[in-house]
Amino acid sequence: MEGILVSLYVFVLAIFVGFELITKVPPLLHTPLMSGSNAISGITIVGALISAGAGHSQLAKILGLLAVITATINVVGGYMVTDSMLGMFKKDKQQKKN
Amino acid sequence: MTVFTHIVYLISAIFFIIGLKYLGSPKTARKGNLLSMLGMLIAIVVTLLDKQILDFTYIIAGLIIGAAIGTYVARRVEMTAMPQMVALFNGFGGAASALVAYSEYIRVGANMSIDISITLVLSLLIGVVTFVGSVVAYAKLQGLITGAPVTFPGQKFANGVLVVAALILGGLFVYDPSVETFLLVIIGLATILGITFVIPIGGADMPVVISLLNSYSGLAAAMTGFVLSNNVLIISGALVGASGIILTKIMCKAMNRSLANVLFGAVGTDGGGGSGSKRDKSEVTQYTAEDAAVVFEGAQSVIIVPGYGLAVAQAQHVLHELTHLLMKKGIQVRYAIHPVAGRMPGHMNVLLAEANVPYDMLYEMDQINDEFQNTDVALVIGANDVINPAARSQKDSPLYGMPILNADKARTIMIIKRSLSPGFAGVDNELFYDPKTMMLFGDAKEMLTELVKEVKEL
Repeated sequence: MEGILVSLYVFVLAIFVGFELITKVPPLLHTPLMSGSNAISGITIVGALISAGAGHSQLAKILGLLAVITATINVVGGYMVTDSMLGMFKKDKQQKKN
Repeated sequence: MTVFTHIVYLISAIFFIIGLKYLGSPKTARKGNLLSMLGMLIAIVVTLLDKQILDFTYIIAGLIIGAAIGTYVARRVEMTAMPQMVALFNGFGGAASALVAYSEYIRVGANMSIDISITLVLSLLIGVVTFVGSVVAYAKLQGLITGAPVTFPGQKFANGVLVVAALILGGLFVYDPSVETFLLVIIGLATILGITFVIPIGGADMPVVISLLNSYSGLAAAMTGFVLSNNVLIISGALVGASGIILTKIMCKAMNRSLANVLFGAVGTDGGGGSGSKRDKSEVTQYTAEDAAVVFEGAQSVIIVPGYGLAVAQAQHVLHELTHLLMKKGIQVRYAIHPVAGRMPGHMNVLLAEANVPYDMLYEMDQINDEFQNTDVALVIGANDVINPAARSQKDSPLYGMPILNADKARTIMIIKRSLSPGFAGVDNELFYDPKTMMLFGDAKEMLTELVKEVKEL
């Protein structure tokens, strides 16, 4: 029980950190924010790797394999899309002269 | 898990937090995303080095397949299709969390403590709802199924029953974790719930749903973190959960609707059955591109109001060309971006950035709304509800109270539109009949191309 309480502290405090960080992101970047944070939620891959590789029952391993596939799609696709979007945001040099 | 693994997980969580912080400015955003990637990479590597892993066959296969699919999809996606892409990725994240949770149940079996069994049920429930809901949202946005709300009598009641049933079963499972059937039925209920939760939501409300699903995918990861007692999952999941909730709130506020109204209101049932007096084209003055070019010739400042219709017509590039021409003539040009322009939060900014529009020309509603009154021309393309003055004055209008762009305050309003049909809310727009409004009927791309030609000739 002790362990879960500590985890709960971590969870609640992290939510507050999230609120603080995200309210500072301008609407300009909300789409990359979504796809980028989406990629972060793919952190579940860490659990997937253990499920797939820890040598438990065959069923656990197959579920683990599926989890690794879906989580990897989430992570790789999410970060790539975010990076290519952010690469498009450019400032105008011409505009500065005005 | 070794102490070393724990420390590395902590570092990776720090990278995620700093990465999100850097997303606060377009100058540092790309670096932030790279930091976040690095955090993910070290978390993966340290997990692979952990002694718990005995067999790498499935891991390597999974990583290769997943990376190949992810890369392929990310490379091919069009910027207009970004909302459904994000929805789909979200769904995969939710599915992964649910799969890990179930796999953990198979490993641990019946002798699990109460905290694990509670979070396991939540992880499965949220994960499956996220996955199924995201797939439905994807199908709607991609046009595979109708984008209109699908409703049936007693839908809210049915959803309520499903949620309660899932929670009761969850309670039973916590009481007796040896009964696997409970979990299987919960998965079944969550699948139905994922469908019935998203189908009644109209296409135009999708920004809210995607934000909400984004939040769910984070919560699912956090719950899986509880099941595995893994803090990096809990922290990252909480960050994503918070992010999704904030975006959901912003979207609801921009549409002046409550989350409950978006989720259960089934707004937009009929395409154009707006109440009140319908008027026809003969009542508005139609103008040609030539007329418009003459007005631009005498203008000093222009504010462009882009809507999703612009992206549908693939007219962003031509628009940018027109902007360049006008700026060369010494006209000040700015873009006014309504928070719900596009199909997901911030979507319009990405679509314009893709067309090489520099981001310092893009202004948020609050920044630019007071500027319209000193502006010669407001050029509205493919937008309707976000400039409808009824939102300010008509108390009986469904739009009433929604914050709008003050395009009607500009000296001349040019509206490029296919027809007089009302917008998504099905409400007629007074602005079309305003004497200082110039209606330019036609496809956005064709009309802008013509405008570019006319402005060049002047």
